[in-house]
Amino acid sequence: MASEAPSHPAILLHDAVALSGRFPLLAGVDLEVAVGETVLIEGPNGAGKTSLLRVCAGLVALASGEASVLGLDPVRQRNQLRRRVGLLSHASHLYDDLTVRENVKFAVRAAGGDTDRIAGACERWGLAGRLLKTSASKLSAGQRRRVALASLTARWPELWLLDEPHAGLDASARDTLDRLIGDAGAAGVTVLIASHETEFVESLAARAVTVTGGRITGARSLGAPSLGVPPLGPPSAGGLTGGPTDGLDALPGPGPCSPGVASPIAGPTADRPAGEVAHVA
Amino acid sequence: MWRDSLLVAGKDLRIEARSRVGLYQVAPFGVVALVLFAFALGPDRTQMAKGAPGLFWVAVLFCTVLAVQRSVSVESVDGARDGIRLSGLDPAGQFLGKAAAVAVQLIVLEVVLGIGVVLLYGASIQVPWLIVASCVLGTVGLAATGTLYGALSAGLRVRETLLPFLFLPIAAPVLLAGTRVWQAGLAGGTESYGSPWLRLLVVFDAIYVALGIVVFGPIQEAA
Repeated sequence: MASEAPSHPAILLHDAVALSGRFPLLAGVDLEVAVGETVLIEGPNGAGKTSLLRVCAGLVALASGEASVLGLDPVRQRNQLRRRVGLLSHASHLYDDLTVRENVKFAVRAAGGDTDRIAGACERWGLAGRLLKTSASKLSAGQRRRVALASLTARWPELWLLDEPHAGLDASARDTLDRLIGDAGAAGVTVLIASHETEFVESLAARAVTVTGGRITGARSLGAPSLGVPPLGPPSAGGLTGGPTDGLDALPGPGPCSPGVASPIAGPTADRPAGEVAHVA
Repeated sequence: MWRDSLLVAGKDLRIEARSRVGLYQVAPFGVVALVLFAFALGPDRTQMAKGAPGLFWVAVLFCTVLAVQRSVSVESVDGARDGIRLSGLDPAGQFLGKAAAVAVQLIVLEVVLGIGVVLLYGASIQVPWLIVASCVLGTVGLAATGTLYGALSAGLRVRETLLPFLFLPIAAPVLLAGTRVWQAGLAGGTESYGSPWLRLLVVFDAIYVALGIVVFGPIQEAA
């Protein structure tokens, strides 16, 4: 399947300032991330890593500066954007009274994803048998994390925002996560990883940027190769098709992006051309 | 919007069916309120029957506060509110879905309380369609206003106390109109007396459903 490079970066922030009341979350961030790139966001506690991810997810509006995520305005086009973004945060976003399977199914259906991928995604995260029918309230913190990751895997959005993704996971799940991030990168998914545990992530990311005091204060290259181009094929329920995604054929379930969700290589979106940047005064 | 509202309503109703908060807490609370009202009015069943319409709607109003608080609280655990925002669901669909789930619970509750009113207060229904119409219209209005003000108080640490403070005065027209229509429905032969109050309920519902569809999204983002 032929694919062409998008005309816009996956993430473009220019002099981005975000506030919580009068408290600055971001104090003028400049960041550009190419489609298909995996980037590590590092920095001390309270530096603004989580806020940066939440701005990219459209959860926090900019007070000033410019922002474009997947070619969309994260405020005015937030609903379109959110269906194409997956945020793994400190919270698992689970409903305690729903079972594991019901939680994953709701997350996938709400985002307009393909429910055929749920079984494979749950299996990949060791969520099988009776565990699927277990209420989320009875899960351990690590199991809740696995459910959140299973939802992300089943949805397979175009931009993954992972906040301390290894936290709470055992060694086996960490390996699974590392493979998943590698697979996502190989499939052309853009991944931002905010983490203190850089030893787990450095081998997965092409570069690292350091956030301090709400600003980008440093950048360095890392070992992992970066695609930087979008090899995404069309949505597929059964697996991935062709090109750089071949390595994922053995994966249970996920395709390169959720059906019903526009590919990042698609043309202009509903009311704003691709690549247009939101200007906030 | 409709697909999203069905999804959200299904999720909320499934949660309520699992947790059984409505069955074990909200409905018994309503029945206890009716019993306490009966104690307060004394043993005179004529007086109890006379006060039945108002007491029914006061009990429904209090139960609505509990149902809405429950609807809000399921979204406040483990970042679920961020989760539902991140899903990209249409905010209008979310509003309609959450309001529909609250409305279904209230309808079931009103059946229970209606039976309670007939048994405890000796009220007899003369014009059933007036009773049914007032319950349906009143429920839509209460569910819409409750969901709207529930969203408004959702992000606040004082939401448990703020919600009744915001909601109860706004819901007063439903209490008033519902009571008047019930009086007509129980007294019989005065259907024309109930009609203006039914029209008031229709207008109230239209205003708050439309308002909820428009402002639920911005409220949710600001909460």
